[in-house]
Amino acid sequence: MKERVILNSKELEFTLQRLCYELVENHGNFSNTAILGLQPRGIFVAQRIHTYLTTITGNKKIEKGKIDITFHRDDFRRRESVLIPTPTEIDFILEGKKVILIDDVLYTGRTIRAGLDAMLAFGRPSLVELLVLIDRRFTRHLPIQANYVGKKVDTIESERVLVQWKETDKKDQILLYSQK
Amino acid sequence: MNKLSVNHLLGIKDLIKDDIELIFNTADNFKEIINRPIKKVPSLRDITICNLFFENSTRTKLSFELAEKRLSADIINFSSSSSSVSKGETLIDTVNNILSMKVDMLVMRHPNAGAAAFLSRNVNATIINAGDGAHEHPTQALLDAYSIREKLGTLKDKNILIVGDILHSRVALSNIFCLQKLGANVKVCGPSTLLPKYISSLQVETETDLNKALQWCDVAMMLRIQLERQQIKYFPSLREYSMLYGLTLQKVNKLNKEILIMHPGPINRGVEITSDVADSKHSIILNQVENGVAIRMAVLYLLAGKTKPTATL
Repeated sequence: MKERVILNSKELEFTLQRLCYELVENHGNFSNTAILGLQPRGIFVAQRIHTYLTTITGNKKIEKGKIDITFHRDDFRRRESVLIPTPTEIDFILEGKKVILIDDVLYTGRTIRAGLDAMLAFGRPSLVELLVLIDRRFTRHLPIQANYVGKKVDTIESERVLVQWKETDKKDQILLYSQK
Repeated sequence: MNKLSVNHLLGIKDLIKDDIELIFNTADNFKEIINRPIKKVPSLRDITICNLFFENSTRTKLSFELAEKRLSADIINFSSSSSSVSKGETLIDTVNNILSMKVDMLVMRHPNAGAAAFLSRNVNATIINAGDGAHEHPTQALLDAYSIREKLGTLKDKNILIVGDILHSRVALSNIFCLQKLGANVKVCGPSTLLPKYISSLQVETETDLNKALQWCDVAMMLRIQLERQQIKYFPSLREYSMLYGLTLQKVNKLNKEILIMHPGPINRGVEITSDVADSKHSIILNQVENGVAIRMAVLYLLAGKTKPTATL
């Protein structure tokens, strides 16, 4: 296994901040916009984005939730092990709101499809946008694109992108693993 | 641990502790789902489930049916009273005919012990035992233990008392297996005629004095006297039984501690438990019913996840 750093800690911080300013351009002070992190790894991105947005907009009540997509996935009964769910926490009304779905890596697009499906059980948002840290180009299985992208990378199928966080992995960085 | 060690749920005896914990953790998610505005997820949309009830049931049948519908499964219901079983068809024939209509899972209640295990060896479908005679009722035990865990945080080293007709009770047997696997101490209490002779082989203590037993326990699980399974008299009268083994508010108040009171239903008010106890703050009877749907969704989801869709076979 060969690993290469795509974004180091400093670059990741700049990228997150730049994404936040892009969001503020379109959503103002987030009074009618909620952010929703996809479980299990999108919630860390959502947490960082939420912290920066609170500082930038001064709005301390930006709504943030976590959504689990396990029961909406299309590969149930098609894997060796059973898919184990993670918690969903949405303590606000989605109906009529603008929603920013957040995940770490956009690859096949199947997770986002399931996420859209899972989200609709909570109401009908007026608008849904997608934010991802890494967009693996030319790998989509479904017609899904992100509105806000941290960095686009070209990868092949056998490669893996891993986003690491201080909270869980001791260090903020994004790695690309490839078989040599 | 991300899958069950078994392919059917025939009894708690076959499960390991990790299985039970996996079911509980999955049920946590389903409990959140059944409290949403839209209480439904599409996981089992390509699965057909048949509910085979050869014996009467209200709670279990409704609970399974709701769990199946909340998971988007297609369901068919079968009850023996209105079927060809009364014309002399055998169990395997009945079930194979149902399976020919492309059914993936069977939830079965049957008056004979071992009926679910017998079926699992003879037909090609996932079997869930919803009660077989006086043998096991695994989903009831799971929801009981889950309800205790929800209230007390853990089962480890808790003292759980089961009171009543232990001899005829599948709920008692499944609960003994389940609670012991989770580290709880189990004691049974009732008239000696209703305590099974070999219960000590399960490392279960017995007690015939209800007041003493209540003083020992953290949780008291009251069982119904199953008159329909009793061919002979096991005690002089229901009145005497209720005086000695019925749970009254007076007996509960006499304890110098708080205990949880449970009942798997159906309740015979005034026999094993009085109304003032059943409706008191100690009672978690209705929590048990709510948790029943979440637990059954978890069991169905985890077992279905071990099967493969027909298109990819």
